[in-house]
Amino acid sequence: MGFEGIGASVRRKEDHRFLSGRGSYTDDINRPGQLYAVIRRADRPHAKILGIDTAAASAAPGVSAVYTGAELEADGVGGVPCGWQVHSKDGSPMAEPPHPVLAIGKVRHVGDPVAVVIAATRQQAKNAAELLVIDYEDLPAIAAVRDAVAAGAPLVHDDVPGNVCFDWHIGDKAIVDAAFAQAAHVVELDLTNNRLVPNAMEPRAAIGDFDRSSGEFTLYTTSQNPHVIRLLMGAFVLHIPEHKLRVVAPDVGGGFGSKIYHYAEEAIVTWAAGKLHRPVKWTCDRSEAFMSDAHGRDHSSKAAMALDAQGKFLALRVSTLANMGAYLSTFAPAIPTYLSATLLAGVYTTPAIYAEVKAVFTHTVPVDAYRGAGRPESAYLLERLVDVIAHDTGLDRVAIRRLNFIPRDAFPYQTPVALNYDSGDYQATLKSALAAADWDGFPARRQAAAARGKLRGIGISTYVEACGIAPSKLVGQLGARAGLYEVANIRVHPTGSVTVLTGTHSHGQGHETTFAQLVSDQLGIPIDQVDVVHGDTAKIPFGMGTYGSRSLAVGGSAMVKAMDKVIAKGKKIAAHLMEASVEDIEFKDGRFSVAGTDKSKALAEISLAAYVPHNYPIEELEPGLDETAFYDPKNFTFPGGCHICEVEIDRDTGTVTVANMVAVDDVGRVINPMIVEGQVQGGLAQGIGQALMENAVYDSEAQLVTGSFMDYQMPRAHDFPPMITSTENTLCTHNPLGSKGVGETGAIGCPPAVINAVVDALRDYGVRHLDMPATPQKIWSIIQANQPRMAAE
Amino acid sequence: MYDFNYTKPSSIPEAVQALGADMEAKALAGGQTFIPVLKQRLNKPTVIVDLSELGLRGIAADDKTVTIGAMTTHHQIESSPDVQRLVPGLAKMAALIGDTQVRHRGTMGGSLANNDPSACYPAAVLALGATIHTDHRSIAADDYFQGMFTTALEPGELITAIEFPVAEKSNYEKFRNPASRYAMVGVFVAKTAAHGVRVAITGAGQGGVFRHTAMEEALAKDFSPEAITGIITPADGLNGDIHASPEYRAHLIGVMARRAVAAA
Amino acid sequence: MPQVSLTVNGRSHTAEIEGRTLLVELLRENMGLTGTHVGCDTSQCGACVVHVDGESVKSCTMLAIQANGAAVTTIEGIAESDGTLHPMQAMFREHHALQCGFCTPGMVMSAIDLVQMHPEGLTEDQIRHGLEGNLCRCTGYHNIVKAIAAAWPIMHGKELPLAAE
Repeated sequence: MGFEGIGASVRRKEDHRFLSGRGSYTDDINRPGQLYAVIRRADRPHAKILGIDTAAASAAPGVSAVYTGAELEADGVGGVPCGWQVHSKDGSPMAEPPHPVLAIGKVRHVGDPVAVVIAATRQQAKNAAELLVIDYEDLPAIAAVRDAVAAGAPLVHDDVPGNVCFDWHIGDKAIVDAAFAQAAHVVELDLTNNRLVPNAMEPRAAIGDFDRSSGEFTLYTTSQNPHVIRLLMGAFVLHIPEHKLRVVAPDVGGGFGSKIYHYAEEAIVTWAAGKLHRPVKWTCDRSEAFMSDAHGRDHSSKAAMALDAQGKFLALRVSTLANMGAYLSTFAPAIPTYLSATLLAGVYTTPAIYAEVKAVFTHTVPVDAYRGAGRPESAYLLERLVDVIAHDTGLDRVAIRRLNFIPRDAFPYQTPVALNYDSGDYQATLKSALAAADWDGFPARRQAAAARGKLRGIGISTYVEACGIAPSKLVGQLGARAGLYEVANIRVHPTGSVTVLTGTHSHGQGHETTFAQLVSDQLGIPIDQVDVVHGDTAKIPFGMGTYGSRSLAVGGSAMVKAMDKVIAKGKKIAAHLMEASVEDIEFKDGRFSVAGTDKSKALAEISLAAYVPHNYPIEELEPGLDETAFYDPKNFTFPGGCHICEVEIDRDTGTVTVANMVAVDDVGRVINPMIVEGQVQGGLAQGIGQALMENAVYDSEAQLVTGSFMDYQMPRAHDFPPMITSTENTLCTHNPLGSKGVGETGAIGCPPAVINAVVDALRDYGVRHLDMPATPQKIWSIIQANQPRMAAE
Repeated sequence: MYDFNYTKPSSIPEAVQALGADMEAKALAGGQTFIPVLKQRLNKPTVIVDLSELGLRGIAADDKTVTIGAMTTHHQIESSPDVQRLVPGLAKMAALIGDTQVRHRGTMGGSLANNDPSACYPAAVLALGATIHTDHRSIAADDYFQGMFTTALEPGELITAIEFPVAEKSNYEKFRNPASRYAMVGVFVAKTAAHGVRVAITGAGQGGVFRHTAMEEALAKDFSPEAITGIITPADGLNGDIHASPEYRAHLIGVMARRAVAAA
Repeated sequence: MPQVSLTVNGRSHTAEIEGRTLLVELLRENMGLTGTHVGCDTSQCGACVVHVDGESVKSCTMLAIQANGAAVTTIEGIAESDGTLHPMQAMFREHHALQCGFCTPGMVMSAIDLVQMHPEGLTEDQIRHGLEGNLCRCTGYHNIVKAIAAAWPIMHGKELPLAAE
């Protein structure tokens, strides 16, 4: 057996089952006697429901039940709750309109669930759902944030004037205004962050089950955080106490944020299972997912930077309109505020920042966190703005970044927008990336491309992000309605193998391997002696799930804390067995030894003694070797780095090809480099997707135009070059692992690098900025509209 | 999908009879467009008539023609040495349809019977002046395409084979819809003994495939990209959607045509 | 109801099904072979790819009845009977070509067919275009391309003549 500890590219433990078709995803599960639910959704963005005739559907073959919002309301079913409360500038709480599980009175977006049909087969349920007669009175609708805040705009919720959910701010406006008044230059930029559909390859699914003998409900669901679903659905929607509600999230086929939230369908199948005393299964069609999975991004911002004569950033002013969609999804209010505006210092020493965020309701699918969740929006804004500053002032793009970097010796660094960065080395990641991308060799490549009739551009982005959102006390002050610690249980079995129970979850990140590797390393036992269990509230003490790149930094730290307890107890047992003082016991490579002697005991000997306590300090110590830790971090972690993209544009068609993509990320300590590299590659693909391909389009009547893969461009294998990735590793200073998180870096740092490259390629066409995605049609239009200022080289 | 009765006749007369006996009967060829349509419940046939055992698979070639059975798959066409040698543009086109898995099932006959305005084959058939053979007659390409999703086929009439003339020149350039991968603009250029130079455009026109006569005239005099460089394609009558406006499509027709000619 | 008889992973199977039953539904629901996945409803994602008579097809775009008499191979049927992984499976693991695993069965089945269809060799560009019909949201495809290139020499028993550039 090779080295399988921290730092080794251990091949994944979960792969064998996934590669053999033996994964167990929610839709792979079938319960005896199960019925099938099909949801009839609004086909229009905004309408009064005048009546729903369920007679024909109810009488259709195979149908067990048809439910509408009225039945659920009458049974006391609550609305879908929001997990984060933001307050406006004036101190007032955000508008939090009801979000019924099935629509009551009105529908507010295409895809809003109106009724559910439950039948013996899925096809029967589909047939019957078509027989529902819904009498609508159409109302005017808006999809774009600027339309929603215009005077006289149709209201999404009658009691939310102007469609404004909240009007929030951060930073010191007076100081920023004063800095702008004295600036040598002011550079302004308006930009949008395009709306995206997460499109995890596994569509959502949910199975509700009810055990009549125990009165216990079980929900199987495609979730990144089963305990949070249990908490929200149990406490707020269905009023089922936690000990009577089990939530199981088995293998989850990607999520990227979209499977964090509590969705109506989870409540519907659980509630219906209780009513019908039969398991009820719902599986989402892809086209249905487009109008029911929470979307991502959709910000529209105005930014301005004040600079001194040398190009030092003096102050930043940002005003953002953030689309919430028709209802508040679980973490929606936190995304444009505490997860985005707080990152507006970026990697720079900008001393004064003021940001306003107006969150707006529209007749669209709710918007929430999607890979990066607020940080891609701030990174894009800032890194585009820096390039536009270079464009407008004539300063070099790299030099201006270097000039304004927070220096390596300035950490911990307090930004003017609340965050305190613990560590980083932005010059180092920049230097590595410039070398990997052969930045200096670019002019020759541009010239060679021009000789082939192509426009070539290079773009850079230097970013920082924040992961492992914490500590609980702080996030509570900021409006979170939950704690953000993590839980780990290390169960050393009598013969020395270990089960790790973690409150995080994996939807592709390889936790079963990384965590096993961590435990194997720390406890000095082979990795095949360690199994990781997640995703079942009946097994795991508690947990907050997986999002915000928190699993290793927070969940892994909890494991370290639990292992510390195991080792501490093990030392006491070892001291007893070897008749030594506890202070003299050392633990290394899986053995407890008495310092300065050759006496030692393996972990398995200690665990056996703990469970078979014949010779055991039973007066002072309980038997067993099973420890749990709840770890509440002291701070966020702050991964950062430099991404460089090189593109080529086909002048005739406007097609942009990514010629080179380099990412150098500082993610702190790396447990498994192979997995880390894979995370970065996947993030880059979604970043390039956002920059060049993906766009959720609503028309002016708020109909979703991109409602399937036929209209929404998903990145394919031939859309990418090989990716060049590496890491720098300044350690997180406040968690026991020194790890920062890697799940989202690619999606955060990459989009501005890509657009900066596209703008650079078009530099002879007088382009200062263009919005994502840079589609062929958009590029062609720009080329058509702007004659080149000079012949390219 | 709505349920239906399924039948798999073993002769063309039986198939024609099955289709004629029921107005709501539908023929199933490769199913790569039709089954997705059924899954979306956009069509509710009473009977599905599976054409896979009618002996309509295969490619025959002589020095003047290449005849392709209606149930021949895109994959068979793209990998046929005869098609590659005698009508290379057609082999290239087949290789650009959908993906490998679609090409393993999808058929030329199915595509032509459906006449989707963004399908590829109509451009080859029209540009090459192919002949559509059915269970009881032969239809010239010029008479066959009658607007999007509309053809000269009578109800219950089955395509049995498509006969292509050997081409002096043939090539196809496709600009894919970035999401669906269908042709957003597809241009087939051909030169044949019977029809001279023809340029057929798919994916772009509101009425489905059409011939670009201005380009044909120019290329007849001088078969070179330069000959058509100055030809402006009007945007009138072209499709517009989120991926391409009529003007962009008009522009792409020029680009794709020049590239097709250059490499023909 | 029509009857379908086919061979799946070497075992014969007969079932009474509705005409509208898709091949993927027969595999997943009738036979419990849940390794074949459904990721879309427009025949684009490729999570459902299986081999029918040796050719990769989308089992969501084929009626089960159309597979009557055919030999179907799914992801469950490509490893050796002793559990030894197929070279493509092994290289996917070796090169970390899967993350969430949902697209993986279809991706592996497409990749095997791609390699089999190209005994003359495969370039990186051909591999990328050969995956036109398979969507992956996790990996950025980088390691999938590497895995397929690595499986080619094992499957063909010779070195890959056209090195991935």
